[in-house]
Amino acid sequence: MTTSYLDDGLTIRSWLTTTDHKRIAILYAIAITCFFFVGGAAATIIRLELATPQGDLVSHDAYNKLFTAHGVIMVWLFLIPSIPSVLGNFLLPLMIGAKDLAFPRLNLMSWYLYVAGGLVTLEALFLGGVDTGWTFYTPYSTMFSNTYVVLTLTGVFITGFSSILTGLNFIVTIHTLRARAMGWFKLPLFVWGMYATSLILVLATPVLAITVLLLIAERLFQIGIFDPAFGGDPLLFQHLFWFYSHPAVYVMILPAMGVVSEIIPCFARRPIFGYRSMAYAIMTIASVGFLVWGHHMFVSGQSLTASMVFSLLSFIVAIPSAIKVFNWTATLYKGSIRFDAPMLYALGFVGLFTIGGLTGLFLASLALDVHLTDTYFVVAHFHYIMVGGAVMAYFAGLHFWWPKVTGRLYPEVWSRIAAVIAFIGFNLTFFPQFLLGIEGMPRRYHTYPPQFQVLNLFSSAGAGVLAIGYLMPLVYLTWSIRHGARAGDNPWAAKGFEWQTRSPPPTDNFDTPPTVPDIVYDYVADEPEFAR
Amino acid sequence: MTAATLLEPKDEPDIGKLGMWVFLASEVLFFGGLFLAYLYGRTHWPLGWAAASRHTDVVLGTVNTALLLTSSAVVALAVACEEDARQRRWTARLLALTAALGAVFLVIKGFEWHAEWDEHLFPGPSFALDVAGAQEFFVLYFVMTGLHAVHMIVGVGALAILARGRSRDREWARSGHLEVAALYWHFVDVVWIFLYPLLYLVQRHG
Repeated sequence: MTTSYLDDGLTIRSWLTTTDHKRIAILYAIAITCFFFVGGAAATIIRLELATPQGDLVSHDAYNKLFTAHGVIMVWLFLIPSIPSVLGNFLLPLMIGAKDLAFPRLNLMSWYLYVAGGLVTLEALFLGGVDTGWTFYTPYSTMFSNTYVVLTLTGVFITGFSSILTGLNFIVTIHTLRARAMGWFKLPLFVWGMYATSLILVLATPVLAITVLLLIAERLFQIGIFDPAFGGDPLLFQHLFWFYSHPAVYVMILPAMGVVSEIIPCFARRPIFGYRSMAYAIMTIASVGFLVWGHHMFVSGQSLTASMVFSLLSFIVAIPSAIKVFNWTATLYKGSIRFDAPMLYALGFVGLFTIGGLTGLFLASLALDVHLTDTYFVVAHFHYIMVGGAVMAYFAGLHFWWPKVTGRLYPEVWSRIAAVIAFIGFNLTFFPQFLLGIEGMPRRYHTYPPQFQVLNLFSSAGAGVLAIGYLMPLVYLTWSIRHGARAGDNPWAAKGFEWQTRSPPPTDNFDTPPTVPDIVYDYVADEPEFAR
Repeated sequence: MTAATLLEPKDEPDIGKLGMWVFLASEVLFFGGLFLAYLYGRTHWPLGWAAASRHTDVVLGTVNTALLLTSSAVVALAVACEEDARQRRWTARLLALTAALGAVFLVIKGFEWHAEWDEHLFPGPSFALDVAGAQEFFVLYFVMTGLHAVHMIVGVGALAILARGRSRDREWARSGHLEVAALYWHFVDVVWIFLYPLLYLVQRHG
């Protein structure tokens, strides 16, 4: 047997100068995992502080810096690159039958930009931190905050270019390097998810870049763009910021939807229900997602007409989202379902995403939002989307493709237990926050009235359970790299090009060209090879 | 079931051009944020922006517009010459001319900024104009022309390198890369076509 991509050069230098998309995916995975646990540590301290109504663990300044650090790291250094840069990098060329991405050296450069941006951001956090929140609202961020705003923004700016270049690479790859006979409607839905995500990365991230640049200019030169004291307008900042940051939510969730659309058919042994409507729905979410940013600004003083339009458009996003949820459910119907770890995470995703999406409609309702805005209801809502949705799906994908990436199997029982623990821990952490929000507990304070303590204790306890759910995979997946059983080429009897090559794949991806099926997801129930 | 034919980047000669188009789409949104800010300012302080705009040097701005439009035509000629074997000897010279026109643009822009600095038109405590909104105009003026100049510097550098490589018949200076560079240069030109009227010609009449 010839060597795999993992054996093709064993020195650190060969890894740091690689242009192989699979190795770059591994580089991303390592970097992202580090940032994930740094961001998680900040969250842990936040939840510990909130276990009691008094501010007894950290000062209010430190608390502000902690939730800012948590937000900045988790949004820009973990969630946005997680599925696209790790799983997307590894799988996209395999799934469409290409030897690599369109611009392999650009891909490596994206990783270096990501790491550089990440390190600059971390430096700012370790020098003393930032207390503006991850949204950097003006005029606080330009006039009043005495923390490392400019340095953090520089890090975000650099990371943004990494996003843009990754998106560009994916778009060109999907357009030009699909194997012949691989038409658009034979693409796996994961690839559709990557395509939609890349469009957002390419079109929304530059607006963040210019906004950050203007913010830095205002802070450094004291010139008026966003700050009313100098003649600027803070609402302009919010418009520009959310024009990026709302679509950024879809950068987190669309890849997650792609992952889940691969896993559910495989473990239900059924073709995905409504393939085309799935592809159209994901593109619709990506497009309409550009037109809903104003729902973050209902109480900012923008005009009522604008608010009503943004509210309506936000409700419209629920339609394609619901199409996807119903299609996943319909795929399960009469399926021959197996509850392996990837499937447990994927089913968890469907349920939690549904809750996150429906509570989003509460917030999209103008009158209700006035009551709920800036309360823990909002915190719970977006964590259901980002953690219950995106992170769950990231773990689902990690467990699904781990045998392909490493060639090894992980302990089955432990992985199922971890998936269930993460699900329970997640709900225990964040469901009480919906109730807290409805009762009126505001976000971003390190103290609160004593009547909120019971629910906060549940939430903090849940965070502990959730942490165990995240640490377990770190242990057994690492363990499996050396000690796991050999996986074979296709342990799940899954369809798709990536399962037709070796595990781990060779550097050129395919020894022999894969075969294109007549329909995508050509699963048949009771296939003998699935009885592993 | 059909066996797939696998493709590589080298099978797709236009891959770089598509990459540049996607990048330019991203660039449009990058400048788009600034145009939004411009729209905001101009609708809020129409008088201030008109007054401030009259302090820009419309003569130099117009000369620069002419230079840049000419350079865009020249780079298009360079690409056309590259495609015709009989005219190929002109390619390197035309690329060098494009880069030179770009460099002259930058020098003129530098003199303009210098003069504006001397006239206290750079935003800050000693700003010269006492009309509401004038300072905001000059904030955007410097940010927009500054970012445009950064793009110009990248373009001039790329074209100069390509001109040198083409004159030595290097493989990497062949038509594919030329077209990508030309595409970028046209974009820089198009941005200026928007900046020129928006910054120099606000209510110049009367």
